[in-house]
Amino acid sequence: MHKKISLTVNGTKRSVEIDERESLLEVLRDKLGLTSVKQGCGVGECGACAVLIDGTSIDSCIYLASWADGKDIRTVEGLEVDGKLSDVQQAFVDEGAVQCGFCIPGFVISATELKESGKDYTREEIRRALSGHLCRCTGYQKIVEATEKSLKKK
Amino acid sequence: MEFTTVGKSYKRKDAAAKVTGKAQYTRDIGRNNMLYAKVLRSTIAHGFVKSIDTAKAEALEGVVKVFTPDNLPCGNFPTAGHPYSLDPSHQDKADRKALTDKVRFYGDEVAAVVAVDELIAQKALKLITVEYEELPFYLDAEEALKDDAVEIHEGSKNITGHNSYTVGDVDINEAFEKSDYVFEEVLEVLPVQHCHMENHVAYAYTEGNGRLVVVTSTQIPHITRRILSQALDMPAGMIRVIKPIIGGGFGNKQDVCIEPLVAAMSLALGGRPVMYDMDREECMSCTRTRHGARFYMKTGVRKDGRFLARELTNYGNGGAYAAHGHSQVGKMGGNFYRTYPAELATKYEGYTAYTNCSVAAAMRAYGIPQITFAVESHVENIAKAMNMDPMKLREINMVTQGFKDKLSGITINTCELPEIVKTAKEYIHWDAKRAEYAHQTGDKRRGVGFALFSYPTATWPVALEIAGARMVMNQDGSVCLQMGATEIGQGAATVFSQMAAETVGIPYDMVHFEEFTDTDICPFDTGAYASRQTYVGGKAVKKAGLIIKDKVLDRASALLSLEKGDLDVKGGFIVRIDNGERVSSVEDIALDSYYNRHTADTIATDVTATVETNGIAFGGSAAEVEVDIRTGRVEILKLINIHDSGTIINPVLAEGQVHGGMSMSLGYALSEIMLYNPKNGAPRNNNLLDYKVPTLMDTPQLDVAFVEPYEPTGPYGNKALGEPPAITPAPAIRNAILQATGVEVNKLPMNPQGLFEHFSAAGLTEEV
Repeated sequence: MHKKISLTVNGTKRSVEIDERESLLEVLRDKLGLTSVKQGCGVGECGACAVLIDGTSIDSCIYLASWADGKDIRTVEGLEVDGKLSDVQQAFVDEGAVQCGFCIPGFVISATELKESGKDYTREEIRRALSGHLCRCTGYQKIVEATEKSLKKK
Repeated sequence: MEFTTVGKSYKRKDAAAKVTGKAQYTRDIGRNNMLYAKVLRSTIAHGFVKSIDTAKAEALEGVVKVFTPDNLPCGNFPTAGHPYSLDPSHQDKADRKALTDKVRFYGDEVAAVVAVDELIAQKALKLITVEYEELPFYLDAEEALKDDAVEIHEGSKNITGHNSYTVGDVDINEAFEKSDYVFEEVLEVLPVQHCHMENHVAYAYTEGNGRLVVVTSTQIPHITRRILSQALDMPAGMIRVIKPIIGGGFGNKQDVCIEPLVAAMSLALGGRPVMYDMDREECMSCTRTRHGARFYMKTGVRKDGRFLARELTNYGNGGAYAAHGHSQVGKMGGNFYRTYPAELATKYEGYTAYTNCSVAAAMRAYGIPQITFAVESHVENIAKAMNMDPMKLREINMVTQGFKDKLSGITINTCELPEIVKTAKEYIHWDAKRAEYAHQTGDKRRGVGFALFSYPTATWPVALEIAGARMVMNQDGSVCLQMGATEIGQGAATVFSQMAAETVGIPYDMVHFEEFTDTDICPFDTGAYASRQTYVGGKAVKKAGLIIKDKVLDRASALLSLEKGDLDVKGGFIVRIDNGERVSSVEDIALDSYYNRHTADTIATDVTATVETNGIAFGGSAAEVEVDIRTGRVEILKLINIHDSGTIINPVLAEGQVHGGMSMSLGYALSEIMLYNPKNGAPRNNNLLDYKVPTLMDTPQLDVAFVEPYEPTGPYGNKALGEPPAITPAPAIRNAILQATGVEVNKLPMNPQGLFEHFSAAGLTEEV
């Protein structure tokens, strides 16, 4: 049931021995130490575990690790470059979008997907695009504002 | 009051760590050689374990141990995050064990498996067979209180707690007789759940010297230590509790839910690390909930709208174990009287009942969202019946500054309710919209509504209020601040750092707050609850800050040969008071305090503050809604919360708190409810798909306003803010629906199904 997969994680090529039943969430957290990937439900309801898979935000708890073979995976650990936060991360800090922070890596990942698309989004489109993530602390208000601000920064 | 650092929107201390994954939550930090536990939960709601067979589970490869009540040493313990009472009659009920063979709710803990990984532990659970003897079960408080009901706890008659009071110089019946109108009705709220994003998780191990370490996602590290000492019969000093970064709590982590279990299992396994990380389904139905309650409300009113007599009998559904006992329902009673003091008499009778529902305990605002929904709906219904402006009726009856609370002895120093009403009216265009929406037909109808609240800051005089702060100045002039008060996401680390900077006279960035609350390191404090920390903990920070500043000035005076009275500390410098000249830096003074070969004496202090006051916070919500009569769907067009919480320490963080509370109340209003199967008591929707937490698409623009009187009892003029935002959006929305449709919805939630039934009963659905 074990197999080896090769994937790029935050820019670094990795080969990992996995149990085929494992989710990408488990492999990223337990084997690669990327603990920003949070498990809030384990069944794709809350979005806390979202990571970028070839540039698309996907819940890693319901994505088998074996599917990640050959894919490019990014987590929030990889968005900070040389100690400088990405525009999205910085906007979340500046706008007060962070409270307990457990849902935040997932939101940052989905907002990063929007940012990297280079497209413009209305506030309503932002709301829809982030609606797969649950947050119990913020009422989403400052998360939407932070995302909007980061998208405006060209 | 002029402040330098307080009142400004400094960025959160932990924000950068949280957007980069550097923040360490309980599950993110572990131990070598960790074992993992899973819990076998009952599949009946009430009864006994007749027999349990664990042999097959024990034989599974990778299983280390299967625990049942028979082989897990653990005594009875209470679970409430309350200060210990030295008076045995006021202590919380110690009715819980880590594992049980008497089942009191569907999901009660009957056995646990410890294995080398979670998957094996999970598999092993399926190999355990249990035979039960079932008893009748009760999901409703009043059903459980019937004379012939089977007792859930022996000798309790299913009463967790009861209190009653009457206030006023006139007998309540006489007061009703003197009233021109008497209004009576029944209102009801149902249980809901916190749904913090991080589930309960904890692990335990022993150090080489036998001391127990428990790392846990808790709001109450010091109380957890005390409860562990009760459960395990260990001296408190042999226990160390560490709270890492917390992924939300909202009161659910103000109970000790899983710590005694992991600790007892670790001790039984020679101190090997054992972790238990609940899954979402367990966390929703097997930790704590917000009490459901039924309110029998009666109000006597004079022709001019003045309330002469108010009476309430209240049945709270406390669920299967005592947890916080009668505290929530008791608090509802105090709130009932305070917010609208009747002219002649007020009478309250509150019961908390044991039922076979999930255990109810603390959830953001501790009973007050429930009572406020009932009271604010009732007040609105009275206004409608009397054909009065509901805002006017509130203005006639609401509590005012200077009010002496006869129950608590507290006098209200600051109360901005009149300003809150005014702000709400302007925001929602009250008079114009009330007129515009007065007579609507058609399938979509609009309305505006308002609700207000009062809320105590901290728990005095009900309970002890104590907070510790330790401040140590580093050689660069910055300070490390350690507190027992806990950062759980609300921003405590940031606001305490602002307070410390303010009082010591150094920049915000020169305060370093220890976010991992460690009972070995951080001084005693009862924890994050009751919107108490900025008020009580703030007093400790101020006390410590003044001492540090004084010590800095002493050294500066000696070092510079200047009169201490001529000097002040500002912005990290020693300045002359008369002309503001910088004569030295705090850094130079601090460096000298470390390394002066004759007078070295580091600048540090460790203080405790107690509080025997209470600054009551106030606020209200105004809502404009559009109701679809045919579908029962409600769209929120406008929603504002207006808060009188005294001085706002950090406006951006405060807005964030308010947004979150509004969102929680929005869910309470329109979508959230814990459902139990009436046939077997099983939870039906204990997951984030079927339980409807508001998503982004359900959440409107959330508006916030603050009115900021200087509360003289608060350390920086501040009062409660953490919990109050979750109180009034629900009744404001309910009252807006009433204006839109004319239908009095006296029960939460107002989800599409519920509203459709109300509208059908009122004949509205046939009209459109």
